[in-house]
Amino acid sequence: MELCPCVKNILLLDFEGKRVAAKFFCDDWPTNGAKEAFEKAVFNKTQKTNARSEVEVTMLENNIVVYKFVQDLHFFITGGEEENEVILATVLQGFVDAVGLLLRGNVEKREALEYLDLILLCIDEIVDGGIILETDANIIAGKVASHSTVADGLSEQTFSQALATAREHLARSLLK
Amino acid sequence: MAQPLVKKDDDRDDEAEYSPFLGIEKGAVLQEARVFNDPQLDPRRCSQVITKLLYLLNQGDSFTKVEATEVFFSVTKLFQSKDLGLRRMVYLIIKELSPSADEVIIVTSSLMKDMNSKTDMYRANAIRVLCRITDGTLLTQIERYLKQAIVDKNPVVASAALVSGIHLLQTNPEIVKRWSNEVQEAVQSRAALVQFHALALLQQIRQNDRLAVSKLVTSLTRGTVRSPLAQCLLIRYTSQVIRESNTQTGDRPFYDFLESCLRHKAEMVIFEAARAITELSGVTSRELTPAITVLQLFLSSSKPVLRFAAVRTLNKVAMTHPMAVTNCNIDMESLISDQNRSIATLAITTLLKTGNESSVDRLMKQITNFMSDIADEFKIVVVEAIRSLCLKFPLKYRSLMNFLSNILREEGGFEYKKAIVDSIVILIRDIPEAKESGLLHLCEFIEDCEFTYLSTQILHFLGIEGPKTTDPSKYIRYIYNRVHLENATVRAAAVSTLAKFGAMVDALKPRIFVLLRRCIFDSDDEVRDRATLYLNTLGGDGEVVETDKDVKIFLFGDLDIPLVNLETSLKNYEPSDESFDIDSVPKEVKSQPLVEKKAPGKKPAGLGAPPAGPPSTVDAYERLLSSIPEFSNFGKLFKSSSPVELTEAETEYAVNVVKHIFDRHVVFQYNCINTIPEQLLENVSVIVDASEAEDFAEVTSKPVRSLPYDTPGQTFVAFEKPDGITAVGKFSNTLRFIVKEVDPSTGEAEEDGVEDEYQLEDLEVVAADYMMKVGVSNFRNAWESMGEDFERVDEYGLGPRESLAEAVSAVINLLGMQPCEGTEAVAANSRSHTCLLSGVFLGNVRVLVRLQFGIEGSRDVAMKLAVRSEDEAVGDAIHEIVSCS
Repeated sequence: MELCPCVKNILLLDFEGKRVAAKFFCDDWPTNGAKEAFEKAVFNKTQKTNARSEVEVTMLENNIVVYKFVQDLHFFITGGEEENEVILATVLQGFVDAVGLLLRGNVEKREALEYLDLILLCIDEIVDGGIILETDANIIAGKVASHSTVADGLSEQTFSQALATAREHLARSLLK
Repeated sequence: MAQPLVKKDDDRDDEAEYSPFLGIEKGAVLQEARVFNDPQLDPRRCSQVITKLLYLLNQGDSFTKVEATEVFFSVTKLFQSKDLGLRRMVYLIIKELSPSADEVIIVTSSLMKDMNSKTDMYRANAIRVLCRITDGTLLTQIERYLKQAIVDKNPVVASAALVSGIHLLQTNPEIVKRWSNEVQEAVQSRAALVQFHALALLQQIRQNDRLAVSKLVTSLTRGTVRSPLAQCLLIRYTSQVIRESNTQTGDRPFYDFLESCLRHKAEMVIFEAARAITELSGVTSRELTPAITVLQLFLSSSKPVLRFAAVRTLNKVAMTHPMAVTNCNIDMESLISDQNRSIATLAITTLLKTGNESSVDRLMKQITNFMSDIADEFKIVVVEAIRSLCLKFPLKYRSLMNFLSNILREEGGFEYKKAIVDSIVILIRDIPEAKESGLLHLCEFIEDCEFTYLSTQILHFLGIEGPKTTDPSKYIRYIYNRVHLENATVRAAAVSTLAKFGAMVDALKPRIFVLLRRCIFDSDDEVRDRATLYLNTLGGDGEVVETDKDVKIFLFGDLDIPLVNLETSLKNYEPSDESFDIDSVPKEVKSQPLVEKKAPGKKPAGLGAPPAGPPSTVDAYERLLSSIPEFSNFGKLFKSSSPVELTEAETEYAVNVVKHIFDRHVVFQYNCINTIPEQLLENVSVIVDASEAEDFAEVTSKPVRSLPYDTPGQTFVAFEKPDGITAVGKFSNTLRFIVKEVDPSTGEAEEDGVEDEYQLEDLEVVAADYMMKVGVSNFRNAWESMGEDFERVDEYGLGPRESLAEAVSAVINLLGMQPCEGTEAVAANSRSHTCLLSGVFLGNVRVLVRLQFGIEGSRDVAMKLAVRSEDEAVGDAIHEIVSCS
C-alpha cells in the first residue's frame, strides 16, 4: 500500500465541464483523451449536486473525488479508493480558498482565465508530483502572489483584504 | 493578462464566450515566443506569452519535438531577467516542457545558481525544477546542496528538497538513501509540513528495514507530531508495524496510540485513526467500540465528507462485524434522505447488511421512497444488497420480492433491469416458496419489456421452472402473447418455451399443439422451423402420447459438443439422402477428420439447450496436446503462442503455426487448410529443417491422415531442447503430402495420389516465447517485495530509433512481457520514459523489469534495464535476450 497521502489529479472545470486548468499526477490517464473522458465523467456525475456550501464527495472508477462549486467554476480533487477523503477535502478547501484570495473574491471562469498564471502557480504550490505541499490557503496564495507579475497589481488594499479574509477564516475555524 | 483588473463592465457580461484565450493558435503563440530573445526583455510580456504556452499545454495541445526544443532554448534566455514573477513562470514552463538530457545541461548552471541564491523562493523552486528534470549523473553534482536544503531553516526550501527526494527515490534510491541523517534532522523540524515531508521520505528510505520503521514509530508516537498530515502518516506507519508484528496474544502494541488519536483535534487524524482501528486484523469488539463511537458522531456531521467517510468505513465494518455497527443504525436511517446520493446509498447498503428480520419491512418502505430519485448505478448496488438480505432472511421473501417486482415495473436502463431480473431468478432458485410469485412477476415483466435479451432469458427460465409448478397452464398466456407481440428473436424463444411446457406437462399437450401449429405460419424462418421441429419431435400429429425420453434429453439436455466442431461438421455436410449425424461430431476439440457417414439413426440436430461456450484457447490447447499420446509425457504446457501465419493469404494451402512451450520440449502445431475443392490431401506432414536451431532435436512428428477441402487439420512436430534453457533458432518448413484428385460432381477421390511438397515460410523460436504475460496490480509493491537479492542492472545503447515510443514497444515485444500500470504508453514529446514490465518465465519464475529510456537529439536511444526475479539465472537470461539482439 502506498502510505503517503497522494493526490491523483486537480481539476478546475467550468459550468459546462470544459477544462480551465487541470493537472494530473499519475499515469491512470495516459492520454489527453483519457483525461478528458475522466473530466467528463466527473462533471456529469456531480453537476446536478449542490456543492456550494460544503465540500462534497463521491466515488468514480475506484477513485474518491471531492468537489466544490463556486459560481461558474467546479473544483475537483481525485485520490485513490483507499485515500483518506478528509485529507483530500482539506487540500480541496485550500485550493478553493487560495483561488478566492488570488482572484480577490471574484471566483468565476472569466477571472480564472484572465489570471490563469496565478491559477497554474497555485496548483504548482499545492501538490508536487502527487505529494501534498501545502494546504493552508493563505500560505499558498501568499507564495503565489508574492512573486507574481501581478504582485504590484495586487495593491496594498488587496493584501489587507486578503489578510481580513484570513482572519475571518481563522475566526471561523475557532468557532467550530 | 497581467493588467490590473478593469472595473467590471456590464456590457462584458453579455459576451458569454469571452476569454483572453479566444481564438488562440499554437503557431501564433510560438511566433510570439520570439520576444524571449529580445535584448531588452519585457518581463510582463514574456510572462503573458509563457501563460499562453502553458494554456495550450494545459488544454492538451502538444508541441512537436522541434517546437518544444525551440521554446525551451528561448525560455533559457529569460534567466537573464531579475523579475521574480517571470522567473516563477520560467520554472513552471521548464517543468512542463520536460527537456531531454542534453537540453537540461543548458539550464543546469542557471538553476544551480538559483539554488544558492539568497531568495528563498528561487532556492525552493530551483530545487524542485532541477530534481524534476535531472538524471542520475547530475544528481551527484548537486547532492551536497540538496542535503543542505533539507535542513534549511526556511520551511519552503526544506519541503522542496524533501519532496524532490521522495520523487528521486524512485529513480536513484542509492543516492537519496545517503541523506538519511539530514532527513532525520528534518523530522524534528518545527515547521509542520517539513515534518510531514521528512517523515514521508524517511519511511520510504527505510521501508525495507522493519526494525528501523518500528523504532521510528516508537519514538514518534511518544513525541509530538505537529501537522495533522504527519500524524495521519504516522498512523499509517503504526498500522503497518502492527500488521507486521503479528502478536496474537495480549495487548496489541500501539493500540493505545491509535486510540489516543481518536481524540485529536483535526478531523483527518480522527478519521485516519478510526479507520486504522477498524482495519486491524482480528480486531476485537472492545477495540472497535471507541472507533465506532467516533464514526457515529461523524454520521451526523454537517460536512458531507465526514458523513461519507464514516458511512463508507462502517459499510466495510458491517461485512465482518455487523453487530458492532447496529448501534449506528438510527443515525444511518436518517442518512437515507441525505442530499448526497453516494452517502445515502452507502447508508442503505450498510443497513441492509446489519438489519435484523424485524426491521426489514420498515427499511423497505424507506428505500421505496429513495429509489425514485437515485441514478441506476446506485440502484444496482441497492438491488444486490436486497438480494443478499433476502437470502439471509428467506421468511421475508414476500416483501422483498414485492419490492423487486415494483422497481422492475419502473423506468430503468438495461443494466439495472438485468440486476433485478437476476436477483429474482436467484431468489426463485434458492427459496422454493418464492417460486410461484417470482415467476408471475417475471411473466408480467415480459408483457412490457423493451430488452430482447432479458425477454429471451426469462422465457428460457420459464421453460425450465414453469412446468414444475402446480399450475403450469397460467403461464401459457404470457408466453403465447410473445408470439403475437414481439420481434422474431423473442418469438422463437417463446416457441421453444411452449414446446418445453408441452413436453413436460401431458395435460397441456393438445393446447400447446394448437398454439405451435399457429406458429408454423410465422413470417420468420427460425420461428417456423422451431415450431415444425417441436411439432414433429413431440408427436403433434394429434395423438397425445407420453413424451419420449430421447426427446426430453434433446429439448432440455446439454449439448455436450463444442459449438465450433458442430459448426464445421455442419458446413462440411452436403445435402444428400443421408441425414446429418450428430454423433459424428467430435466431442474433443481436436483435428477435424472427415465427417464419417454412418447409417442414419438419430434425429437431425437443430437447436438444443444452451451449449457450453467455446473453451478458452489455453484450455483447448492443453486438452488437445494431452490427448495426443506422444506428447503426454512432456509435462505441463507452459505457454502457447498466438498463431503465426506461414503462408500468404489466398494461397492453395493456408498454414499457420502455434508454438507450444514445455520445460524440455517445444511442439509446433501446424494448422492446415486445403483451399482447393478438387483435391484431397493425405498423409500431410511438415518437414522441418532445424539446422539453424542447434539446440533443438526433433523427437516426433504427427501427420494428418486426410485433409479434405476446407476442413482444418493439424499436424505436429515436437522438438527436444535442453531443460530450462531458452533455446532460440530458426526453422524452415516444407509441407509434404499425397494429393488425390476429387471429382467435383460426385465428391469421390481417385484411388491413386501423387506425392507433392509445398514451401512454407520460416518460423522462429524467440526468447519472448519463454515468457508469459502476467501483469501485477501494484508494480512497486511487487518490486519491493521481490527484493534486490537477484537484481541485475545494466545499460544499453539501442542506437538511432524512429522515436522513443517505437523503441519502448520494440523492447516490450522483444521481452514478451506484460506492461504494467499503463507504462507502455509514451507521452508525446517526452525525452525519457520509464516502463514497468511483469511476466512469468519458463519454469514458472516471476520476473519484474524496470526499463528506463532516454532519447537524445540524434534519436539515439539509451536504456537502463533493471531485472528482479526469484531466480538469479533468469535475471541473466533477460539481459542476454537484450544484449543478443
